[in-house]
Amino acid sequence: MSWIISAEHIRQADGPRVGGKGLALALLARGGFAVPKTLCVTSETYQEYVSRTGLRERIILELNRKAFKDMRWEEIWDCATRIRNMFLRKPIPDEISNQLKDAIHSAFKGKAVVVRSSAPEEDDAASSFAGLHESYVNIQGTDAILEHIAKVWASLWSDAALLYRQEIGLDVKKSAMAVVIQEIVVGDKSGVAFSKSPNDTSQGVIESVYGLNQGLVDGTVEPDRWILDRRKKTIISHTPAERKHWMIAAESGVQLVALPEKMTHLPPLNTNEACHVFELALKAEKYFKSPQDLEWTYRKRDLVVLQSRPITTLSPQKNGDKRSWYLSLHRSFENLKLLRQKIEHQLIPAMITAADVLACQELTELSDQELAVEINRRWKINQKWTNIYWEEFIPYAHGVRLFGQIYNDAVHPEDPYEFIDLLTRTEMASLERNQMLADLASEVRNHPALAKALSAGQTEGLDPQFLEAVDRFVEKFGDLTCAVTGGTQCEQAPGSLYKILLEMAAHTPSETGRQTSKNKDALQEKFLSIFEGEKKKTAVELLDLARSSYQLRDDDNIYLGRIESQLLAAVREARQRIDAYHHRQSNKKIAAELIQVVENLDHRPQFQPPHKQTPDDGFVIQARQLIGQPAGPGLAKGPARVIQHTADLADFKYGEILICDAVDPNMTFVVPLAAGVVERRGGMLIHGAIIAREYGLPCVTGIPDATTLIRNGDEVTVDGYLGIVTIGSSEL
Amino acid sequence: METSVEIQNRLRNLFESQKLAVVATQTGGQPYASLVAFVATADLRHIFFVTARTTRKFSNLILDSRVAILVNSSVNLESDFHEAVSITVTGIADEIMDHERQDILNLYLAKHPYLEEFAKSPSCAVIRVAARSYYLVQNFQNVMEFHIDR
Repeated sequence: MSWIISAEHIRQADGPRVGGKGLALALLARGGFAVPKTLCVTSETYQEYVSRTGLRERIILELNRKAFKDMRWEEIWDCATRIRNMFLRKPIPDEISNQLKDAIHSAFKGKAVVVRSSAPEEDDAASSFAGLHESYVNIQGTDAILEHIAKVWASLWSDAALLYRQEIGLDVKKSAMAVVIQEIVVGDKSGVAFSKSPNDTSQGVIESVYGLNQGLVDGTVEPDRWILDRRKKTIISHTPAERKHWMIAAESGVQLVALPEKMTHLPPLNTNEACHVFELALKAEKYFKSPQDLEWTYRKRDLVVLQSRPITTLSPQKNGDKRSWYLSLHRSFENLKLLRQKIEHQLIPAMITAADVLACQELTELSDQELAVEINRRWKINQKWTNIYWEEFIPYAHGVRLFGQIYNDAVHPEDPYEFIDLLTRTEMASLERNQMLADLASEVRNHPALAKALSAGQTEGLDPQFLEAVDRFVEKFGDLTCAVTGGTQCEQAPGSLYKILLEMAAHTPSETGRQTSKNKDALQEKFLSIFEGEKKKTAVELLDLARSSYQLRDDDNIYLGRIESQLLAAVREARQRIDAYHHRQSNKKIAAELIQVVENLDHRPQFQPPHKQTPDDGFVIQARQLIGQPAGPGLAKGPARVIQHTADLADFKYGEILICDAVDPNMTFVVPLAAGVVERRGGMLIHGAIIAREYGLPCVTGIPDATTLIRNGDEVTVDGYLGIVTIGSSEL
Repeated sequence: METSVEIQNRLRNLFESQKLAVVATQTGGQPYASLVAFVATADLRHIFFVTARTTRKFSNLILDSRVAILVNSSVNLESDFHEAVSITVTGIADEIMDHERQDILNLYLAKHPYLEEFAKSPSCAVIRVAARSYYLVQNFQNVMEFHIDR
């Protein structure tokens, strides 16, 4: 069996074996187009690899642990990460790898290459969804090339591919991936060309950047753009880019650097060159008998085709289809670095200032009309920051995922989430809050008289220092009654805070979580020791970025919560005025605007009704064992505390299992009391999972209907290794 | 989550599609498993099978009428891990005698016509299991319980 073939031996009939890209390159070479030297690892090689290593069955198990319809994007990403790690850890059997190494060595003689995906389906359906699979630029050495072949194979199961699994007909039993290996052409300028514009059939489009194409393809480098007339073959318009950076070949891989000053003033292509590129695209269109989307590069005066594929137009995205938004969360390191600057130096300080400015305003001094205007204003401010949260902060959180991928690529760990231990115990705002709470609790623990008074509900005559500390806490973080963001009908009452303090005081919260910090240094050493020179510098930078990204996942919610609490304060003031009037404590008529504005506000999100216990037709349904995602290793057993409403948190008892829809960073203060965490929302990097890992608690996420199938007091066992939650005792 | 009706339909479909079940009995704390041809009633309250009186399972049942029955749709392929559905039924067994026996045999033989000679033999007992609980396992490890309200 031949596992790898050279482009000159590929025939039209080999399409399914070599994939769309592989076939197009072979045909281009035969048609006299200048293309780089190309080898193709056939799709049969992939099939043989997954069969011999048993990966096919493992992928089947991984993909079927839960119905896709019940999975959030985060869970799909986790699934793809676990599968990717399987490919990284399973070596290609010798018989295959030896043949691949020989062919690669004799074709490229140690020169750097590009390793590209070439899925057999790619020439039709999948090409409409570019970017589903991976390609790697500037890879050198047969071992490295082999490792990247495995990565390209794994990308058959990327989160993007899994999201579009129906459209591309993804099927574990049939789907396969061919891989194209091309000699790298380090061009001075590169780009894409559409022989026919998707917007106007009489025109064509060219986009170009300095350096390698990668910056253009992943959206990091803005390209110059030309529109051309197909018939006259002349330029209609040229839109210059703000030329700042270019992507160049690094020691291995690619690197984004500042563009030399004099190049920033010149478009990458002159008129002649733009026309040449366009003619090449038209020639390819004629050759393939269909409009082409061409990737090209200029090396000195030579124009080389990197790949060509038919242009397909995307059918318009359906309303509510958020998949392209999810995929937009994948950001490059360079892009994340820019985002970090913006978030740390502009957005977060502005957010803190916004909350502080609002807090300074004396609401009681406003007239009813002024208060109505103020509520609307605060609502808009809250809305503005909520939008920023979605558009800037959530994508920034992808820094953690990017780091995870790089860590796994370098370390090949058994646990694909080992990298999280390197990021934990950073100074998150929620941990600061939890620490303040723990300090208050220890005050209560050390002063039995204080505990007694609080249990009896007596707050008068308490130690003024303690009350001051409580006030400081409430001022900073609220009184926990309104801890969960999303609601304008919350009334504050210190009773909940005292209840939690008493519970925390009665037990010394577990310290087991702290041990992860001991491993942290060893893990960091293990990770960084893999890199040398410039690469080590980048790895250090990446780790730093990941820590900041990890920290922001929690902090942004806390900051957003502060702004929201200012909106709530204004609403509370309005309600008090309205209530006072209704209860005849005040004769002052309330302005209609104020009543209107309060009525118009969104109401609290509705929680799912608790599980129906009444038997219908004598058939009582009960969950016994539910499968979710393993999100924090460990095994724990305890009574369930199901959180349907924020107020339920106040009843949380030491040793209970926290069962909730989603752990909000604002509710993590009960986590130190919990024995385990179960969450409906799925994912390894969601707050519940992160905070559980932080405290060393077993955690299972992604249990559909968790808060309806499990009832308060049910005996629950959380298996955080396997992602299984068992309900009830073992008796039949 | 599936509704009670959907789940009952799922159980019925499995019971109709499968001819064989594993019956677990015990004596002196020693569990014992046997393969039997079975039939279930449409209301899912009863499961019937026929066994020779000379068998170990029959003598176990005389001593302890508690049984567990396993029915599953596995086909001995890897796909079983996510596609196969398995049901464990727990309940109490007793032997059916007299006129009732003929009605049940009609139901049983409609599903297993090839077993006529065996089932009608005087040396065979028709066993009725009154189901108490069902344990439905799907997707490898997802388990739901259903208790019959008697």
